[in-house]
Amino acid sequence: MKKSKETIKYAFKASIPIMAGYIVLGMGFGVLMESKGYGWWWSLLMSLTVYAGSMQYVAIDLLAGGATLISAALMTLLVNIRHIFYGITMLEGYKDTGAKKPYLICALTDETFSLVCSPNLPKGVERKAYYLFVSLFNHFYWVAGSVLGGIIGNVFTFNTAGVDFAMTALFVVIFVEQWESTKQHIPALTGVLCSLVMLLIFGPSDFLIPAMITITAALLLERKILEGGASE
Amino acid sequence: MIDGMHSFLLIAVVSLVTMGIRFLPFVVFRKKTPKWILYMGKVLPFAIMGMLVVYTLKNVTPLKGNHGIPELLGVLFVVLLHKWKHNTLLSIVGGTILYMLLIQVVF
Repeated sequence: MKKSKETIKYAFKASIPIMAGYIVLGMGFGVLMESKGYGWWWSLLMSLTVYAGSMQYVAIDLLAGGATLISAALMTLLVNIRHIFYGITMLEGYKDTGAKKPYLICALTDETFSLVCSPNLPKGVERKAYYLFVSLFNHFYWVAGSVLGGIIGNVFTFNTAGVDFAMTALFVVIFVEQWESTKQHIPALTGVLCSLVMLLIFGPSDFLIPAMITITAALLLERKILEGGASE
Repeated sequence: MIDGMHSFLLIAVVSLVTMGIRFLPFVVFRKKTPKWILYMGKVLPFAIMGMLVVYTLKNVTPLKGNHGIPELLGVLFVVLLHKWKHNTLLSIVGGTILYMLLIQVVF
């Protein structure tokens, strides 16, 4: 029992930075939904069942614009296809997680991924339980934020322009932490370079898929160098 | 006026596609995972975080408007603050406040 308490505590601590981001971004989502006439229960439904930050923002436009179901499906595919990478990364980690596994997979967002992809867990923290609690905490923050946003959305307004920079800041922080955790910077540089080049070629709305393809290809080409160094 | 039924179906579609994508790798590589996929699992997190940083900054226009100066300053500030204090929450909140001030007050 002591062990599980320690695990919950550790998972909560790890999730605090996400709490800030998720409650702010979740509230932003709830406020926007409210402004389009979708009350907090719509935000609750979507945050529970979709649980994908940037896609939910896109979905507000789809809802408000009365998009067809097919175009909604295609849009979701484009925006969320990057999640395939998270699954591939977590194949090993989420193996043998038993009954937790379906939920862990459902809750594998960008932010949750950032906490489970390379955890340096101290002794006394149970890995699989850590995955579960981090996922649950994050999901809760996101739902709570969006419901709160939906409720207070029409009560008061403040100038929130730029608040979405929290997302950028979060990814930059994780990038810095990952950078400091290893001497091998080729994968990180590959990600940045391929994305930048594809952004220049294809523009902001179409670069994500070319970026993912070139990143995959480049990493596979670099396999000899990278694995040679890693296996010592 | 909200079309409740259409909205409900649309949310269901978005949810199903999202969950389908999340489950896909686990279903495809259920039995045995090829070695190169395991290798990708090791190196991808680093590359993806780089991609996500670029992704969140994709609408920056270096040649127009404010030339992406708020974004550049914001990112630099986050990096320096984080290198200095290594406090994730502080770096995110600090960077976001600076950015909001920059675009609301300065630019």
